[in-house]
Amino acid sequence: MIPYILRRFGAGILLALLVTLITFTLLSFSFDAVVRARLGSATTPEAVAAMTATLGFDRPVLVQYFDWLGGVLRGDFGTSLFTSEPVGPAVASRLAVTLSVVLVALVITVIISVALGVVAATRGGVVDRLAQAASLFGYVVPGLLIAIVLVVVFAINLRLLPATGYTPFNVNPSKWAATITIPVIVLVIAGAANITAQVRGTMIDELRKDYVRTLRTRGISTRSIVLKHALRNAAGPALTVLSFEFITMLGGALIIEKVFALPGFGTFAFNSSLQGDITVIMGITLFSVLLVVSINLLVDLVNGWLNPKARIF
Amino acid sequence: MSVEELIVEPAQKAAPRKSPWRKLLEDPQAVVTASLLLVIAILGILTPLLTQHGPNEASLDAINAPMGSPGYPLGGDQNGQDILTRLLHSINTSMISGLIGTSVALAIGVTFGLIGGYYGRKLQGATEWVFSLIMTFPGILLLIILMPLTKGDYRSTMLIYGVLLSPGIYRIVRNQVVGVKNELFVDAAKVSGLSDLRILARHVLFVVRGPIIIAAAFLGGSAIGLQSGLAFLGVGSNTIPSFGAMIADGFLNLYEEPTQFLWPSMLLGVITASMVLLGNALRDAFEGVRPKPVKRSVVKKQAAQTGAREATGPEVLLSVRDLAIAYRTPSGELKEVVKGVNLTLDGGHTLGLVGESGSGKTQTAFAILGVLPPEAVITRGSITLNGRELLGLSERELRDLRGRSIAYIPQEPMSNLDPSFSVGDQLIEGIRASAGMPAKEAKERVLALLKRVGIQDPQRTFNSYPHQISGGMAQRVLIAGAVASRPKLLIADEPTTALDVTVQAEILDLLRDLQAELNMAVLLVTHNFGVVADICDRIAVMQDGEIVESGKALDIFAAPDHPYTAMLLNSILDEYTVRSDAPMATHNTAGK
Repeated sequence: MIPYILRRFGAGILLALLVTLITFTLLSFSFDAVVRARLGSATTPEAVAAMTATLGFDRPVLVQYFDWLGGVLRGDFGTSLFTSEPVGPAVASRLAVTLSVVLVALVITVIISVALGVVAATRGGVVDRLAQAASLFGYVVPGLLIAIVLVVVFAINLRLLPATGYTPFNVNPSKWAATITIPVIVLVIAGAANITAQVRGTMIDELRKDYVRTLRTRGISTRSIVLKHALRNAAGPALTVLSFEFITMLGGALIIEKVFALPGFGTFAFNSSLQGDITVIMGITLFSVLLVVSINLLVDLVNGWLNPKARIF
Repeated sequence: MSVEELIVEPAQKAAPRKSPWRKLLEDPQAVVTASLLLVIAILGILTPLLTQHGPNEASLDAINAPMGSPGYPLGGDQNGQDILTRLLHSINTSMISGLIGTSVALAIGVTFGLIGGYYGRKLQGATEWVFSLIMTFPGILLLIILMPLTKGDYRSTMLIYGVLLSPGIYRIVRNQVVGVKNELFVDAAKVSGLSDLRILARHVLFVVRGPIIIAAAFLGGSAIGLQSGLAFLGVGSNTIPSFGAMIADGFLNLYEEPTQFLWPSMLLGVITASMVLLGNALRDAFEGVRPKPVKRSVVKKQAAQTGAREATGPEVLLSVRDLAIAYRTPSGELKEVVKGVNLTLDGGHTLGLVGESGSGKTQTAFAILGVLPPEAVITRGSITLNGRELLGLSERELRDLRGRSIAYIPQEPMSNLDPSFSVGDQLIEGIRASAGMPAKEAKERVLALLKRVGIQDPQRTFNSYPHQISGGMAQRVLIAGAVASRPKLLIADEPTTALDVTVQAEILDLLRDLQAELNMAVLLVTHNFGVVADICDRIAVMQDGEIVESGKALDIFAAPDHPYTAMLLNSILDEYTVRSDAPMATHNTAGK
C-alpha cells in the first residue's frame, strides 16, 4: 500500500510540475502587458525595459520557471507583484474560506443525494418523479440565478441571513454558519442534482443484477440488500462522479464568492488574474493542482477499499 | 441475466422500430424545446432588422426608461442603452459561445476518440493520460488564470473551454469505437479491403452519432452557462452585450428597476433549460427511455380469481396451476410469455422443466420464487407450496419461506455473487437471515457446508472474494448457499450450463447426493435432456410458454408424444453424448 501511495503521489507531483510549467509558459506571453499595466499608460520604452529587468521578465522563460520552482521548494512562493503580500499565506487564507464552503456543501450533497437517490431507485412512483424533477431543476437553472434569488429572498427581503461577507469559524461559529448558509445551499442544489441522478442510476443498475435476486432467494431482508449490498456496489461509480463534482464546486465557488462577496480563493484568483499578478497566479495554480491531486488520491484509496478487485492493501 | 429474461424482446421487435428522429418529432418535450431554441436563435440572427439602436448606443433620455417608452419597448438600462437591443445581441453572444465551445470539444473529442479507440494500446494510453489530465483540472479556475492571455475575449475563452470539455466527448467516442471495433461488421469491412479511414468514417461515426448529439446539447448549455457566469463576474469587454453582464447590471439596480434583471435572467434560463431538456429528450429518443426504478413489491396480480383448484394430495409439495405471466409491450398491451402452465412436484422428487431459450421456463421458476422482474405481471393462476398459496404474499411473508422452504441455484455463477463481499460473509448472511443463528455457529455451518459441496480448502474460499475463485467453485458456493437452511424445494436454473464440461457432471452428482441427503424436491430448469436423464423422475416440456408434454422421465425418453419433445430429444441427445463421455469416465475412475 505504501509504495502505491508513493507512486501515486509522485505522479501527482509530476502533474503539478507540468501544469505549472504550461501555465507559466502561457502567462509569459502576457509579461509585457503586465509591465505596462504596472507602469500606467504614460510611460517610456526605457521605463518598460527597466521594469521588465527588475521583475526578471527579460530572462528565458525556463530560467524564470525554475527560479520560481526553487523558491517553492524552499517554501517561498514569492510575493504579490502588486501588494507585496507573501503569496503562500495569502493563498492559504483564501483557500480556507472556499474550502469551508465547498466541504460543507459536499457533505450535505452526499447525504441528500444518497438518501434521495436510493429512495427514488427503490420506491419509484411519485417519490421518484419528484426526485427526478428536483434533480432536473438543479441542472436546468443556472447557479447564478439561484444564488441571486436566494440572496434577494432570504437576505434582503426576509433579513434572515447576511447577504454578503464572511466571518471565520474560529472567530464566531454561528456567524460563520450564517454567512456560508446561502452559498452552501446554492452549491448543494447544483451538486445534489448531479449526484442524486448518479446514485439513482447506479442503484437501479445494481438492483437489477443477478446477485440481488440470488440474495433475495436466501431470505435476506430488502433493507440489507439495498443498503448493504447494492449501495456498496453503487458507491464506487458515485464516488468518482463526486470527485468531479468537488472540482466543479471549486470552480462554481468562484461565481458564488462574487455574488456573496466572500473573500475566497476564486475572488482572489479573479482579482489577481485581472491585474496580471503572475506570482499570485502561479501560487494559486500550484495550490489548486495539489488540491485536485490529493482529492483524486483520496478517491482512489477509498475506491480501492470499496472494490475488492481494486484493493491494494 | 438468463436468456429467458429477454423474452420480451421479440414482442418489442414485432412492432417496426421507429427511427430516433421520428420519435423526437412525437416527443412534446423535444418539439417545444427545439422550437424555443430555434425561435430564439432566429431572433438573434435577425437582430439588425429588429433594432433601431446599436448595442452600445447610449442616450441620456433612455436611462432607466420604463417599459414601453417610444423606441425602447423593454425600457432602457442604467447606462441609457436599449434593453431589447442588448438582449438580442446577448442571444448572439451566447449562441456563438455555445457553438465555439461545442465545436471545439467535438472536434478534439471525436478525433482523438476515434484514434484512441481504433488504434493500438500505446497510442490509447497516451491520449487517455492527456485527457484525464485535462479532466482533473477545475475549468473555470483555469479560464480565470489564463485571463491575461485571452484578455477576457469570450471567443478565445470559449476556445479554451472547448478543450476543457473535450474529455467527455473523447470518452463517449472511444468507448463506442472500442465496442464497434470488436463487432463483426468492422472485421468484414476490413476483410473486404476498406481502408481504416473509411471504416472509421462510415461505420463508427454512424454508431456514435446518437451519444454525440446528446452530449452536444449538454455541452452547448454548459458553455452558454459558463460564458454568462464569466460575464457576470466582469470578464471581458463591456462593449460586448451578454446575459451575464446584463444580469450583473440589473442586480445592482434590482430595487429600482426589477425588469432590468428579470429579462436577461429569464432568457438565459429559458435557453439553458431548453438545452438540457432537449438533451434529455434526445437521450430518450436515441438510447431508449432510461430504466425505471426497481420497485420491490409483491408481484402484481391481475384478476386474482384462480381456476378451480384441483385436489392436491398430501404428498404434493409444489403445485402450479394455470400460471400466466405477461409483460407490457411498448404499445401498452400485455403480452403473455407464460400461458397457463401446470406443474406438480412431490416432496423429495425431481422434476425437469425442459425447453429452449425463451420458452418461459426461467420465468416460471422466478414466479415460484417470487423474484420476477418488476415489469412482470402475473395475469392468472396459482402457485401453492405445501397447500399454501404463494401468489399475493407480501415480500416479508415470502422472505420467511425463502431459504428455509424454497431455495434457488442460478445459472451464471459469477454474476450471482456480490462482488464486494467475501464468500463467507455472503453465506453467513443468508444462513442467519433464514435460520437465525449466532454468527459463530453460522460460520461453522458455512465452513462445513463448503466442505460438503466439495471445496478443498473451505477456510480459504470462505475468505475469498468472488473474483478470486473459479466458475465451478462459485457454483459450489451458490449450491452451499442454497441448501444452507435445508430447504424443502430447490429450484435449480440451468445449474451446469455455464460450466466446463468436466465440472458439469460433478455438479450434477453433488446435486443428486444433496437431494438424497436432505430429502429435497428439486425443480430442475434446463434445455439439456442429458441433464434431465441424469437426475429427473418426471419431465415437463415447455414451448412458447406452454407445457406441451409431461410425464415420467423414462416414458418420455422411450416414446415422446409431442413432435417438439422428439425434436429436442434428437438434437440434444447427440450433443450430450458427445459432451459427457469424457467426464463420466474420469468421474468413475476417480471416484472409486
